[in-house]
Amino acid sequence: MSLLHVLGFGVKIGNFFWMLCCWFVSWFVDGGIEDKSSLLAGSVGDPEKTKMTTMKKKNKMWFWNRISSSGLKIPSFSYQFPGSVKFNKTFWRNVVIGWIVFWVLVSIWTLWYFSSHAMEKRKETLASMCDERARMLQDQFNVSMNHIQAMSILISTFHHGKFPSAIDQRTFSEYTDRTSFERPLTSGVAYAVRVLHSEREEFERQQGWTIRRMDSHEQNPAHKDDYDPEALEPSPVQEEYAPVIFAQDTVSHVVSLDMLSGKEDRENVLRARSSGKGVLTAPFPLIKTNRLGVILTFAVYKRDLPSNATPKERIEATNGYLGGVFDIESLVENLLHQLASKQTILVNVYDTTNSSQPISMYGSNVSADGLERVSPLIFGDPFRNHEMRCRFKQKPPWPVLPMMISLGMLVIALLIAHIIHATANRIIKVQEDCDKMELLKKKAEAADVAKSQFLATVSHEIRTPMNGVLGMLHMLMDTELDVTQLDYVRTAQASGKALVSLINEVLDQAKIESGKLELEEVRFDLRGILDDVLSLFSAKSQQKGVELAVYISDRVPEMLIGDPGRFRQILTNLMGNSIKFTEKGHIFVTVNLVEELLESIDGETASSSESTLSGLLVADRQKSWKNFKAFSSSNGHRSFASSPPDINLIVSVEDTGVGIPLEAQSRIFTPFMQVGPSISRTHGGTGIGLSISKCLAGLMKGEIGFSSTPKVGSTFTFTAVFSNGMQPTERKSDPQNNNQPIFSEFRGMKAVVVDHRPARAQVSWYHFQRLGIRVEVVSCVEQALRYMKTGTGTVNMILIEQEIWNREADAFIKKLHKDPLVQSPKLVLLAKSVDSSIDALSTGIDPPIVIVKPLRASMLAATLQRGLGIGNRETPQHKGPPALILRNLLHGRKILIVDDNNVNLRVAAGALKKYGADVVCSESGIKAISLLKPPHEFDACFMDIQMPEMDGFEATRKIRDMEEEMNKKIKNGEALIVENGNKSSWHLPVLAMTADVIQATHEECLKCGMDGYVSKPFEAEQLYREVSRFFNSPSDTES
Amino acid sequence: MNAGIAQLQMQFRDYTISLYQQGFLDDQFTELKKLQDDGSPDFVAEVLLLFFEDCVKLIGNMARALDKSTGTVDFSQVGASVHQLKGSSSSVGAKRVKGLCVTFKEYCEAQNYEGCVRCLQQVDIEYKTLKTKLQDMFNLEKQIVQAGGVVPQVDID
Repeated sequence: MSLLHVLGFGVKIGNFFWMLCCWFVSWFVDGGIEDKSSLLAGSVGDPEKTKMTTMKKKNKMWFWNRISSSGLKIPSFSYQFPGSVKFNKTFWRNVVIGWIVFWVLVSIWTLWYFSSHAMEKRKETLASMCDERARMLQDQFNVSMNHIQAMSILISTFHHGKFPSAIDQRTFSEYTDRTSFERPLTSGVAYAVRVLHSEREEFERQQGWTIRRMDSHEQNPAHKDDYDPEALEPSPVQEEYAPVIFAQDTVSHVVSLDMLSGKEDRENVLRARSSGKGVLTAPFPLIKTNRLGVILTFAVYKRDLPSNATPKERIEATNGYLGGVFDIESLVENLLHQLASKQTILVNVYDTTNSSQPISMYGSNVSADGLERVSPLIFGDPFRNHEMRCRFKQKPPWPVLPMMISLGMLVIALLIAHIIHATANRIIKVQEDCDKMELLKKKAEAADVAKSQFLATVSHEIRTPMNGVLGMLHMLMDTELDVTQLDYVRTAQASGKALVSLINEVLDQAKIESGKLELEEVRFDLRGILDDVLSLFSAKSQQKGVELAVYISDRVPEMLIGDPGRFRQILTNLMGNSIKFTEKGHIFVTVNLVEELLESIDGETASSSESTLSGLLVADRQKSWKNFKAFSSSNGHRSFASSPPDINLIVSVEDTGVGIPLEAQSRIFTPFMQVGPSISRTHGGTGIGLSISKCLAGLMKGEIGFSSTPKVGSTFTFTAVFSNGMQPTERKSDPQNNNQPIFSEFRGMKAVVVDHRPARAQVSWYHFQRLGIRVEVVSCVEQALRYMKTGTGTVNMILIEQEIWNREADAFIKKLHKDPLVQSPKLVLLAKSVDSSIDALSTGIDPPIVIVKPLRASMLAATLQRGLGIGNRETPQHKGPPALILRNLLHGRKILIVDDNNVNLRVAAGALKKYGADVVCSESGIKAISLLKPPHEFDACFMDIQMPEMDGFEATRKIRDMEEEMNKKIKNGEALIVENGNKSSWHLPVLAMTADVIQATHEECLKCGMDGYVSKPFEAEQLYREVSRFFNSPSDTES
Repeated sequence: MNAGIAQLQMQFRDYTISLYQQGFLDDQFTELKKLQDDGSPDFVAEVLLLFFEDCVKLIGNMARALDKSTGTVDFSQVGASVHQLKGSSSSVGAKRVKGLCVTFKEYCEAQNYEGCVRCLQQVDIEYKTLKTKLQDMFNLEKQIVQAGGVVPQVDID
């Protein structure tokens, strides 16, 4: 049962514990996070208070809901935790301490609760045992008493009622002996008869002995062992006597003793006869045995008395007294022996008639633990009180179970405290780390900013003197120098230029790294850009004898929208690399639409050496894009879905150079990584170009990849996404009509290309058809001649590859001589380099026009124009010195110059006036703004940047604001379109004038709405470059 | 008479070249001269006049700003003036003044008082020297014109 109790209690405790945990967590989640402000502000060290406020805030229902559901919320709270609360260390220490203290108290309480329970139990056991013993004692006593009473009746009937008496001493002793089992507690009974003094003599005579008194030996308790009844004196004269006439054998020594002579007995006897009930003496040492005993006395009356008889009547009716001796000590001993567990319990019996001085009747005075049970004993004598006191012999056992339970609870609580502590510590640590990290991050960012600034500054600082150096070198080259000196100067200048470009690259890299690089969105002509890049490398390729070619697919629109500069940069990088590492063969740039390649990709067979541009093997082009995401989806169903306005270009640069060693291929796009240290020494370069290219391609939403075979060559391919810059109407029209109007003079011409290499022929075809020339490709001279004869229409040109010409020139000329055509076409030789032995062969026919590759539209046009003697119309205008064009451009333009420096103002004005411009000067930005408030008549504005009061940036911003406002008005029809022009919107070209030509300044210029910048003092060429962007030549505007 | 003109022209040419060689002037001055034509015959003189006026004004400003007796030295004002002067001098091609201004500006940014004062003095001397030199040149020009000759184009290269 106690086990069950413990179990129940355990369950109770567990429940309580769980609730407490839930509450704690819920409070934590709630108070610790939601109410963090109050928690932190008010009472970091006082969780109780916070708890209370939290409790008050929410109603009770919520609280319970919270408890039942908070268990599920624990995992999620760790997510909301970071960042939301600043952990306070002291707060958490207090929580842990509070938790520990609380649980120590709880465990102490548990211990106390359990021990008190055990105590109670013990008490109950003791009480029940004690009561049981007391009841038994009482019962047996009562049984004895009843029997004695019955004997008194017996005596009254057979001794006094019969005459002569039926009982004598022998009968009595025999009877009592045989019935002693009826009186378990009595050691003996005796009967004393009432004898008045007057009857003494007769009585003595009748009995044959004298009445003796018992005082003497009461006074002599020491001699109890050698008790001699004969030594007792005869009783002195008394009013009456109560000599014992019958006695049980065990107490036969009391025969003839006068009971009234003993103090205890006399009192007993007197009380018994007056009350008519059994009366007990106080315990006293018994005669002879000298053991502690109690005597029970019953009076024997002459006749039956009514129960309400007065004491006097009773005394008169008294015949004798029957006494029973109770030897308590031995009797109780016997009794207890009958019961089990004598060992566990200690019994004392006391007579407490005199409550202040209880008389011990049984039991030793061994001290035991304080626990004691007192049971009253009622022996039927109202005058005397008895009680039984019980104690446990053993001390109570140690309360092991409660101790274990509370200890266990404490341990669990401590463990939880430890967990909380560890968690809090961990969180604090993580937070600290986080803070540290944040700090470091800030530092790193600051360092990054500093790095960028440093790079920008340093680059600028280097560039400025470098520009000086370059300028000086340029000037030096114009002086009279001998060949060696000139060579030195050239080298110095080339190095300087390399250095400047390197600095630009480093700047780019820094910008890309900091994510500051933004792409422009302008319309540009892709073919023009490729022509430019080609011309950039033409000198080098011609010098090396490497063939350089470009092919752009028809399907690529004329105009694209994107960042031409960056596109050009990628291309320049790739081509620069190619040309650097290619000694023979070709470099071939192709531009296609991605869709176009996807369509043809399956049909394309492995390239043989014959199908390439120069007849040398190349690296497999397809491999270079096999890793592209756009291509990587499963075969057949490529997910390259391009939205219609987006143009996905794929550009390949194929070379027949040394290739990239396999081991270096993996790190090719890593900044500052080169194939080997020797490369940078032999070829120069920083190894940064490809990395930049990759970033730029990424910015253009494209990818870059390569495939390379050592000793065969490399092919780099990149994709880029542009917007279509063509108007839809333009796009539909015949592509040939879109060609630049400059080349219109070639339209309708027909040419035959003689080339046995299809790739090269395609390039030639591409370039010539750009000029509007219809081109037919044949593989050999024979075919060409045949075609000319049979073909419809006249053929204006025969384009022959130098390679074929060298081989078949003689035969060709002969044939041409033999069979002259009606209108002999112009011979055009496509040569790889300038130094060729063409002149020697050109006998008999018109010297052929030699076009030195790489082919590009403008060069082609110019050469053909010269060769064919047509179309000189436009050349002078464009070929004139910049000053002249400037004059054309600026003549009659009204230009505002803003500069706070009078001298500068005057000089700039002079310069512009010289080109025929109508110049207005302004000394401050504010004045300029008032002048430029639309509507005005200015065509352009040159603005100094550094000005007091209002600098150029701000002034430009203000001007742009005004213009915008005006444009809005025009749009809404509020303002009339002004008289001076058919301007539907206002945008005045504003050019910054600045002495320092930093990239950053340039960007700043563009940012605040300027259109460009010119350096101070004016340089004709730069001025022209900038101005021509805004002004078309007057003839153009008029037409 | 003719010989006199030729001699004057020779002298003018030599003098001009010496000005370039000694670093008083640079290309910009040539450019400036190119800007002068029949439409604005006194263009160079006008610009130079403006320039020297500017110099006087700016140097005065800087001297005031660098005057310690008036209290703290206002480097920012000095910097602004130097910047102006640098702009002006580069516009007219006053090479030495411009070079000095660059140094001056650096001192000013470094807030080097000693350096600033030294530079200011040098600039003062330099522009005055330039002024006299140019004065001489113009005098020569005038003499040539008075003598009925044509002021020769001086090719610096």
